[in-house]
Amino acid sequence: MSKSVNIMLAGVGGQGVLLASEVISKVAMEKGYDVKKSEVHGMAQRGGSVVSNVRFGEKIYSPIIAEGEADILLAFEKLEALRWLNYLKKDGIIITNTQKIDPLPVANGKEKYPENVMDKLEKSGLKVIGLDALSKAREAGTQKAINTVLLGALANEIDISKDLFEKVIKESVPKSTIKINTTAFKSGFEAIN
Amino acid sequence: MKKLLSGNEAIARGAYENGVKVATAYPGTPSTEILESVVDYKDDIYCEWSPNEKVAMEVAIGSAFAGARSLVAMKHVGLNVAADPFMTLSYTGIKGGLVIVTADDPSMHSSQNEQDNRHYARFAKVPMLEPSDSQEAKEMVGEALDISEDFDTPVMLRTTTRISHAKTIVETKERKEKEVPEEFEKNPDKFVMVPANAKKRHPEVEKRINKLKEFAENSSLNKIEWQSKDLGIITGGVAYNYAKEVFPEASVLKLGLTYPLPDKKIKEFAKEIKELYVIEELDPFLEDQIKAMEIKVTGKDKLPLTFEYNTKVLKDNLLDNKDEEKNNEDQSEDLPARPPALCAGCPHRGVFYILNKLGVTVTGDIGCYALGVAPPLSAMDSVVCMGASIGNAHGVELALGEKSKSKVVGVIGDSTFMHSGITALLDIVYNKGASTIVILDNRITAMTGHQDNPTTGKTLMGEDTVQVDLAELSKALGVNSVEVVDPYNLSETKETIESELEKDEISVIVARRECALLKSVERKEPFTVDTNKCINCGQCLDIGCPAISQGDGHTIIDDYLCTGCEVCVQVCPVDAILRVGDSDE
Repeated sequence: MSKSVNIMLAGVGGQGVLLASEVISKVAMEKGYDVKKSEVHGMAQRGGSVVSNVRFGEKIYSPIIAEGEADILLAFEKLEALRWLNYLKKDGIIITNTQKIDPLPVANGKEKYPENVMDKLEKSGLKVIGLDALSKAREAGTQKAINTVLLGALANEIDISKDLFEKVIKESVPKSTIKINTTAFKSGFEAIN
Repeated sequence: MKKLLSGNEAIARGAYENGVKVATAYPGTPSTEILESVVDYKDDIYCEWSPNEKVAMEVAIGSAFAGARSLVAMKHVGLNVAADPFMTLSYTGIKGGLVIVTADDPSMHSSQNEQDNRHYARFAKVPMLEPSDSQEAKEMVGEALDISEDFDTPVMLRTTTRISHAKTIVETKERKEKEVPEEFEKNPDKFVMVPANAKKRHPEVEKRINKLKEFAENSSLNKIEWQSKDLGIITGGVAYNYAKEVFPEASVLKLGLTYPLPDKKIKEFAKEIKELYVIEELDPFLEDQIKAMEIKVTGKDKLPLTFEYNTKVLKDNLLDNKDEEKNNEDQSEDLPARPPALCAGCPHRGVFYILNKLGVTVTGDIGCYALGVAPPLSAMDSVVCMGASIGNAHGVELALGEKSKSKVVGVIGDSTFMHSGITALLDIVYNKGASTIVILDNRITAMTGHQDNPTTGKTLMGEDTVQVDLAELSKALGVNSVEVVDPYNLSETKETIESELEKDEISVIVARRECALLKSVERKEPFTVDTNKCINCGQCLDIGCPAISQGDGHTIIDDYLCTGCEVCVQVCPVDAILRVGDSDE
């Protein structure tokens, strides 16, 4: 399994997780890899936890990443990073948006949002890259571009050229938002360079 | 040309390439995107959302009887709805090839059960194909159509969520047309299943399945990948992928045609192998049949009967020397869950808030509104299957008699009412029940991602059509007391439900308001909390809106999520919720 790259994306319904995993998959396909991408549609998307699995390499069988198999966890929200931490390999990398989005039980005051989430992530001993993708997306022009900011950060950590990412992003987003998304991608890329 | 396609998109492509003329479905996760993708080929394939799976099946049967290649798709529980025509279709056979796609949902990501529909193939005595990725899903549509025509049988194509919704690389081809006869060719002995004819057809079904067994022995759909003979694995569908990854050295008999089984091939394979595993999700469908061949296998004695598999499930249950090295610590149990919730601005929210406050028994149904069971709304007491809410409400009232008077409400969505609520409402009218039924009419089939239905005025192919009026339809069925309310208006909705509950006759309340996620819905200015006025009583939190959260000494409204629906404004006792811009601050 060492020959494949396993990327798990985790976030909250509506954050654009699925478009991001689509971009990574297409980039890997253009690079000539075998690719599988899997996620669940339907009920889960109503503001719930959303997870997408992308795997690429010479030959990929399983469409899903099991516990302990992910090389990179690309989290769109920090609590979600913590939730899926155990899916990472021992030497895996966490790239997370430092944004906090209250789950409904927290919003209702029934439960507490855990404190010091970033510290807890650091304590795992894994390589943790945190960035404020929300602010960067807003700076680029819209909150909706969180996903492309995070793709920029991801592009630093995998062996695929930034140009190929930019090309696929341009092909995948609505025409009117190409400029915003390109800016967002660059700011994510530069944030951890 | 190479494309990254989901299993569902690949099935649609397969229908296109292999000359399918008619495709039908009722939406249901994980099958929905099949027809949503077929619509891309609408110049060549007529496609429709039928009101339910039974009708979808019957339309496809008619089309296949007339000689056109046809496809009908549904989720696993949809085949229960369509089982009546399906079982007899096995007797009639077809003229044009007919593929029945059943998309099962192991782990119940978006379903009420995880029944294993492979049993339907054996039950109906029809062949079944199971792909392991999108490329196979596309090719198997063609194989299924060929088998259908060669053996005069409908063919099941069974996927699971991880096939339907996983994207893998597919090589596409051009379409090959299939001719359709000029007219319907009469053949009553075959197509008219009165007892005299059905008696002639059943022996044909038995002969057919024997012929298919022979075919299975030599079909390239069932292939052996010889490697080490110390371990052999018989598998199919998505489980093949997990088996290949966990046991890369083993020999594998990959079954693409999983009913009927190639007995000889399985016996020959087993003979060469020291230890044999059968790896399949859910029921021991293959395993039981292989054991009946007096072959010793390891399967469900070690592997789970519930939920979908992955490589970890196989490793944990089948490997002796498990990875000793521990994974990163699982911290998820201590974290607040992030359950799905009714969206901000969801028109169902007001109805469930009121039903909760009224403390009535609520029989529910299948749709987004099943989320009405979640706290803080907590206003649903039963959900069984599509259309069950109405019959359930009647049954509860019959059981409890006078004690249940004015205390039972059935809730059902517009699309679900069209699917199978109409006949249940007719039952209550006919048998003089007095239930109160609320039709949550959000003008779309929302749960599965906004499909049109007979109440929306549009067809799948994008044409304008009649728009069924739910209030008029209810009246036509014999309901005297029919009211239409706007669920954004809490006092109107509450008063109407209360007065209808008091009545000694069946009543229908149509709670009409578009799904807030529809592109056609104009977003209003969001609201904000006036922190000077807010007394932090938490009443606005009781509506369970994702846009409202507990802040420091007052509640907060997220202006990005807020759609301006005004439901929270109506529950605030101190008028502290104001339109952004109208605030004093």
